[in-house]
Amino acid sequence: MQEVKASMAGTVLNVMVAEGDSITSGQELVMLESMKMEIPIEGVEEGTVAEVNVAIGDFVNEGDVLVKIK
Amino acid sequence: MKKILIANRGEIVERIIRTCSRLNIETVAVYSSADKDLPYVRQATKAYEIGDPPAAKSYLNQEVILKIAQEENVDAIHPGYGFLSENASFVRKVEEHGIAFIGPSADVVESMGDKITARKTMIEAGVPVVPGSSEIEDVTAAISYANEIGYPVMLKAAAGGGGIGMQRCENDEQLQKAFASSQNRAKAYFGNGAMFVEKFIDQARHIEVQIVGDKQGNLVHLYERDCSIQRRNQKVLEETPSPFISSETRARIGEAAKAAAEHVSYTNAGTVEFVMDQNENFYFLEMNTRLQVEHPITEETIGVDLVEWQLLVAEGRSLPLKQEDIMPTGHSIEFRLYAEDPSTFMPSPGKIETLHFPEMKNVRIDSGYESGSTVSPFYDPMIAKIIVNGSTRDEAIKIGQAFFERFSLTGIKQNSPLFAKLLAEEKFQQGNYSTAYLSENLTVKK
Repeated sequence: MQEVKASMAGTVLNVMVAEGDSITSGQELVMLESMKMEIPIEGVEEGTVAEVNVAIGDFVNEGDVLVKIK
Repeated sequence: MKKILIANRGEIVERIIRTCSRLNIETVAVYSSADKDLPYVRQATKAYEIGDPPAAKSYLNQEVILKIAQEENVDAIHPGYGFLSENASFVRKVEEHGIAFIGPSADVVESMGDKITARKTMIEAGVPVVPGSSEIEDVTAAISYANEIGYPVMLKAAAGGGGIGMQRCENDEQLQKAFASSQNRAKAYFGNGAMFVEKFIDQARHIEVQIVGDKQGNLVHLYERDCSIQRRNQKVLEETPSPFISSETRARIGEAAKAAAEHVSYTNAGTVEFVMDQNENFYFLEMNTRLQVEHPITEETIGVDLVEWQLLVAEGRSLPLKQEDIMPTGHSIEFRLYAEDPSTFMPSPGKIETLHFPEMKNVRIDSGYESGSTVSPFYDPMIAKIIVNGSTRDEAIKIGQAFFERFSLTGIKQNSPLFAKLLAEEKFQQGNYSTAYLSENLTVKK
């Protein structure tokens, strides 16, 4: 199980995947907005989305798990 | 006016407090727990902690801010910029509480906040707008419209702003890809999924005009600001006068901004933003119904205090100057000092160990931080604004160069090296730049 974490505190601007989606390595999964910058959060390995923990508009802290990949 | 609440944070609160102190007006500040050690909290007559760091829990919490305003019995609320400054429902609530809102009426804020409505209003006012659509229902309609006006186009959210909620598209495929995700995001993020398409203007300049109107119906423009030095569609440096435009264009754009403001019976301070092509054709982009970050360069060249004007208008008094009395002199440049990497522009929050602004003649510093302050990841990365003034543009550039040679900030990354580099560039010195300048000339590519 791969945990994809927030690299910075910020607000979730977009969630580009849903549970069950297959993803490739390096694919953008979530877009955060932090300090007025859009920060794409990418998966490291390919796999299937097991869990999406955030929704658009949520505030997340650095290190929060956004998506789990299996 | 005896007492006002300032519903904002950092440098703009310090800026507003300076004018209030001079006019013997008491100030009430509010702050999130992340900002409790910032200088503005100490400078206000009184300050209240209003919540957790995320803006939604503090600076956007209307109920808490209104409650403090009532308990403190303030005469008015100054919203600064960002946060609640362009929120029409907040403006209405402030007025319903019998408190003056230091800005235009709720109706004007509302109509200019929706970019599709704003475009329609400006067409009615006879002000040129960027060739573009009204609301576009779906991706098929977007593509057919884009083909009609020709690529590249900008896909924009009606409720977007601050560089968020717009995307440049080069072809059908990119527009197809961008449409659904941009619309979903606009719906969720701004609460309004209305989208429209505008022609992308190549090698554009971003020129805006400061306007102020009073409740007696007097309205003046205070000339232009050139804000073309940008990264991520966000401003980094602004100057006035624009080194690019002719005196005929300067006069025409001022009149266009006035016509735009008069058409909506604008009161208080506002800014009409235009995009200008290489042939000096200009088109309305949007209207910012508040004090602008870069207002100091206008104050410096015209010799006025715009916050004082805002207070006068909010009190129902008339503007102190007529159009013919407004005569800019000299040249002013503002640098936005950001907590970010100077070449990748990635934010760099953290603790400022030391912050030293050299004391120099003809330099104005509007800062929100000091040595030992922490730039938190929760808000805009701006640390301070450095405003340099010269009798000519060359002189202002030289003062800027001398300033950045002596300036120092340690502890976090910051973008002053970018300014030192920019001021030494021949193209910048010639005033030959567009909004693409930083990404084409000075960005370190990934």
